[in-house]
Amino acid sequence: MMRLLTALLMALSVAMLAPQSASAQSALPPAPYANRQLDDPALEAKASALMHTIRCLTCQSQSIADSDASMASDMRSEIRERIAAGEDPEAIRAWLIERYGDWISYKPTNDPILWPLWAAPVLLISGGGWLAYSRMRRRKGAKA
Amino acid sequence: MKMKRSLILWVPLGAYVIFLAIASLGLNRDQQTVIQSRMIGKAVPPLEMPAASSSKPTLSTRDLANGKPRLLNIFASWCVPCIAEAPVLMQLAQQGVPIDGVAIRDARADVDQFLTRHGNPYERIGLDARSTLQFYMGSSGVPETFVVDGKGIIRYQHIGVIGPQDVDTILQKLREAGA
Repeated sequence: MMRLLTALLMALSVAMLAPQSASAQSALPPAPYANRQLDDPALEAKASALMHTIRCLTCQSQSIADSDASMASDMRSEIRERIAAGEDPEAIRAWLIERYGDWISYKPTNDPILWPLWAAPVLLISGGGWLAYSRMRRRKGAKA
Repeated sequence: MKMKRSLILWVPLGAYVIFLAIASLGLNRDQQTVIQSRMIGKAVPPLEMPAASSSKPTLSTRDLANGKPRLLNIFASWCVPCIAEAPVLMQLAQQGVPIDGVAIRDARADVDQFLTRHGNPYERIGLDARSTLQFYMGSSGVPETFVVDGKGIIRYQHIGVIGPQDVDTILQKLREAGA
């Protein structure tokens, strides 16, 4: 059992260390607002919140806020400039979804396929509550 | 009863091992998803671009709606797979297929050098220095090729290198777009 567990853990760490495929990058310098924050902290906070929930198209397990891919840099700059121009973050998200599909956004939607996921916490908590309640009642009954 | 109890104690560990097994299998799966553009059937967004090369005029996406279906090829001088598709694009251009290019995050000298070395199948080449056209078109990488009909409507998106085996499909899509 222990040996199996060790083997599994080792397999896990080896898989995690495997190098990311290095993709070709442009030689151009990054776009103006790719790595520069907006001067207004409130606007930067809005932009940052959005950028953390937009998936990078090149490094698909990262958000564009975390990725060094040139396309992610360009998208960060695009988002910051749009927010500085007064656009609403959710409008920018909708604009991107219109072009790339739901896939580009990490923010969960109300799609029917996700309903079980939304219901799961409610079901688990009420199930646990019921279990605890019936146990306590049984114990009380035994004491009496 | 005691036997049953101790068995139950193993259940969380068992669940954990099952979770680890599923997680490590998932790590080996190919995680790159191909993201098709949702803009197929919609018009190419209007965008003015500077010229990407010294030899060809620039491309304004407004000019795409000139009555004749064409290919819009997204490439870059720094893109290694683009070298692989260059001869196929040359062959398509020689067959009379109009091809416009958009160079992504590129510099004019580099584009010139790329075209000298690998051939120039393009009628016009626009420079997209900040991937803007890609965002507008729902394009997620380089190279990609769009079939645009005579009214400027996007009809088809080919993601990745156009190999010799893709030529028939591309020609077919061009015919469907009215070529």
